[in-house]
Amino acid sequence: MPPWLSDLLWTYQNVLVALGVNGLLALSMYVVLAAGQLSLGQAAFMGLGAYASALLSLRLHWPFWLVLPLSPVVPVGFALLVGGPTLRLSGIYLAIATIGLGEVLRAVYLNVDALGGALGLSGIPEAAPLWLIYLVLAASLFVLWQVGRSRIGRAMEAMRGDARTALAMGVNVRRYRLATLAASAALAGLAGALSAHATDFIGPSDYGFETAVSILSFALLGGVASPFAPVLGAAVLTLLPEALRGFADLRLVLNGLVIVLAVLFLPRGILPWRMRRSAA
Amino acid sequence: MTLLTVRGLTRRYAGLVAVDRVDLDLPARGVHALIGPNGAGKTTLFDLISGLVIPSAGRIVLDGQDITALPADARARGGLARTFQAIRLFGAMTVLENVLTGLHPHLSAPLPAIVLHLARLRREERNAVARAHEALALVGLEQRAGERAAALSYGEGRRLEIARAMAGAPRLLLLDEPAAGLNPAETVSLGVLIRTIVAAGTTVLLVEHDMVFVMGLAETVTVLNFGRRIFHGPPAAARGDKEVIAAYLGARVAARFAAASPP
Ligand SMILES: Nc1ncnc2c1ncn2[C@@H]1O[C@H](COP(=O)(O)OP(=O)(O)OP(=O)(O)O)[C@@H](O)[C@H]1O
Ligand SMILES: [Mg+2]
Repeated sequence: MPPWLSDLLWTYQNVLVALGVNGLLALSMYVVLAAGQLSLGQAAFMGLGAYASALLSLRLHWPFWLVLPLSPVVPVGFALLVGGPTLRLSGIYLAIATIGLGEVLRAVYLNVDALGGALGLSGIPEAAPLWLIYLVLAASLFVLWQVGRSRIGRAMEAMRGDARTALAMGVNVRRYRLATLAASAALAGLAGALSAHATDFIGPSDYGFETAVSILSFALLGGVASPFAPVLGAAVLTLLPEALRGFADLRLVLNGLVIVLAVLFLPRGILPWRMRRSAA
Repeated sequence: MTLLTVRGLTRRYAGLVAVDRVDLDLPARGVHALIGPNGAGKTTLFDLISGLVIPSAGRIVLDGQDITALPADARARGGLARTFQAIRLFGAMTVLENVLTGLHPHLSAPLPAIVLHLARLRREERNAVARAHEALALVGLEQRAGERAAALSYGEGRRLEIARAMAGAPRLLLLDEPAAGLNPAETVSLGVLIRTIVAAGTTVLLVEHDMVFVMGLAETVTVLNFGRRIFHGPPAAARGDKEVIAAYLGARVAARFAAASPP
């Protein structure tokens, strides 16, 4: 590696990690939105992946190549637990239940000593190199692209447009809702494990409501016309604050402004190019 | 042979019975019409048969199988297809993708084959696209396959709904007012289309207000009024039936009163 490149990577290490992790989180949001659901549990699922993987590394000293593939297990379990009962209710209940999950988990992390309490968990091995984060992101994009142009992608778009008609066309709407929520939790779990093992420290307040909203804003800004759209949204919202570092006070305001303007004037996001849903 | 049997089918809403103890026996093959004044319960009966509305009482049997407890998607998989009174297309999708969505229950390539784009998936998709093009050709929309569904005219949208429903070669096709809003020429070609569909082996049950259209097409007519079945038999006999005349006359007189009364 040429020295200028390693200098660059070192200087921007944190930004590059955030860019990759937020891309994964944006995909996690995309998977549920693309099927017409609103879940606000992405931060909670990320936290579950982060805590579970950090504990496996710290307490059991499992190698990361084993920990990472297992990191979706706990978040997916919780997703099915929360998502299952809300399926029969109207969509808003999933949003409420997943917000509740995030708040409950925050209290649990905060008050259980074995989970580090208010201090969180530190000394997590820095086992997730940049290339691995981007490999997982690229693989996820690839899988979602392939799925998006298959019968599954068509069923998801049909559900998003009109769940009743999709049902009449033979789409098993409930199963798709649960499966997309589980896939979303799995992606967030991977993002959590990767970020925990890239920064060495995680805390109980990293995965709260504020994080949930910023993950939502990735997909709102990017749109859900293709899996690339939310990733682009995440990139903009990750890099914008960096570019505005000089105006620290204005950062949050500008961030919020971008979201409001995007929702008002670009309801289909900044990348409305729609992927073809036919794999023939 | 009987394709569809309905017994005592009832749907209550707060303060009214939309469908009231309806019995129905549809022979396999042919066109059957369901008529009745506005609010008679025709769409609700379609919703009950297709599984979008849960019955308060009664049973539905399709081809010897009791489907009363099956969810709508399972009924679609079992060969039951429908269109809607108000067009319900997936507007952002292309015309072709809409029809492919109608084929959803017939596609089964597993997730690994989809992700890895294996031969099995490619073959299945190719076949699906070919079938979808056939369905589009049936309704005369094959030239529009790549366009957004929302760009279609009203009459084309109606035909796309039929293509989407027909793609999977259903045993029973429910058409809810397919001729509504069509001009006379379009109505004529709709009649031709329905005859083609029936000739291919699909049984059609349609809701229609245009009595001339019904008379020329349907083998049997079922008349609903206030949720109740008041007539079932050949169309010619329906015209002479006292109760049917009273129902339609009653509706017309009521409409005239409503129009004449001050706002
Ligand atoms: N979800 C619902 N809640 C309450 N009442 C309903 C509901 N759906 C239908 N109804 C009522 O049930 C009755 C039958 O309605 P339906 O739509 O089945 O009639 P229809 O015969 O299709 O009429 P039209 O010719 O106007 O389409 C009407 O009085 C309607 O207002
Ligand atoms: Mg109706």
